[in-house]
Amino acid sequence: MEENKNNIDDRLWEYIDGSGSVEEKSAIEKMIETNKQWKEKYHELLELHQLVQSSTLEEPSLRFTKNVMEEIAKYQIAPAAKTYINNKIIWGIGIFFITLFVGFLIYGFGQVDWSAGDNNLPIDISKVNYGRFFNNTYVNVFMMINVVLGLMLLDRYLAARKKKLQKEA
Amino acid sequence: MSTGPSDSEIISLVLKGDHNAYALLVERYKSYVFTLTLRFTKNREDAEEVSQDIFVKAYRSLADFKGTAKFSTWLYTIVNTTCITFLRKKRLDVRSLDDERTFEVADSQDSGFRANQVEQKSRQNMVNRAIAMLNPDDAQIITLFYKNEQSLEEIGQILGVEVNTAKVRLHRARTRLKDKMEKHFTEEVKDLH
Repeated sequence: MEENKNNIDDRLWEYIDGSGSVEEKSAIEKMIETNKQWKEKYHELLELHQLVQSSTLEEPSLRFTKNVMEEIAKYQIAPAAKTYINNKIIWGIGIFFITLFVGFLIYGFGQVDWSAGDNNLPIDISKVNYGRFFNNTYVNVFMMINVVLGLMLLDRYLAARKKKLQKEA
Repeated sequence: MSTGPSDSEIISLVLKGDHNAYALLVERYKSYVFTLTLRFTKNREDAEEVSQDIFVKAYRSLADFKGTAKFSTWLYTIVNTTCITFLRKKRLDVRSLDDERTFEVADSQDSGFRANQVEQKSRQNMVNRAIAMLNPDDAQIITLFYKNEQSLEEIGQILGVEVNTAKVRLHRARTRLKDKMEKHFTEEVKDLH
């Protein structure tokens, strides 16, 4: 019930702010016309919206601007950050760490005795019964996981596309 | 708000050495900054001091204003960080400020709000008093949206959050404002109908 109330509030706020899509706007207009609960809620929220909009700003003291100007007279405008941040130094630090990392990798691989491993695999690939892995249960589970993952990806893609279209509209 | 030279024109004048031109920017934005700051400090004296500090900071970093966003958005980012620092310095835990009693005490101590008993009954004053009762985050987002003419995208930029997060925060803040008005200004709300 509470969730439903929040959902109505959220949708009505979007409508009042004018931030929803055209379809959403017409759907909400229809709800306001036909549903008493929506109508009452809409008028309630609209009234608050107009009240807050009509409220005045607070004013500082009359001397405020003068005080600020007197204060800034003591200071200089600091040079823009980009003028004193040297990009070469940032690049230099980056290159140093990358070189260090690559150096460690090269050293690490250089220490490995590649001949120590047994080249013969513990199982004879030619004797593996592949059919065992592709019985109905395994295949079905595998396919189901893939279908679910595929649907999730499709959902994400469509949601992103909808969002983009709404933004463009 | 934008009568006279534009913000960027004033900024380039100030950067060229005409420091007095900065007074135009202060005049243009002082009420917005002060209102926003008052939402945090709950006290006019502190709000005035912090607002002054904000304009000094903005002046000193003016060369860093790239002009990719509106000057007001950039300025309100400074307001946000300065006010958070102010609250930290005051050792006020923002969460503890959610306690309604704290706000009622802060509100009752605020001489500015008590200055005119007749005026208090006005609609606008009622809204301002109700906003002052909210926690700083809610009061800030409502002020940014309604008074400081910032879009949800710009509010997201100022607060360092996603647009959707800003939207949800604004919805929640308005709901809490409505609750406060119904609870503390029952008679005034009735009079409006």
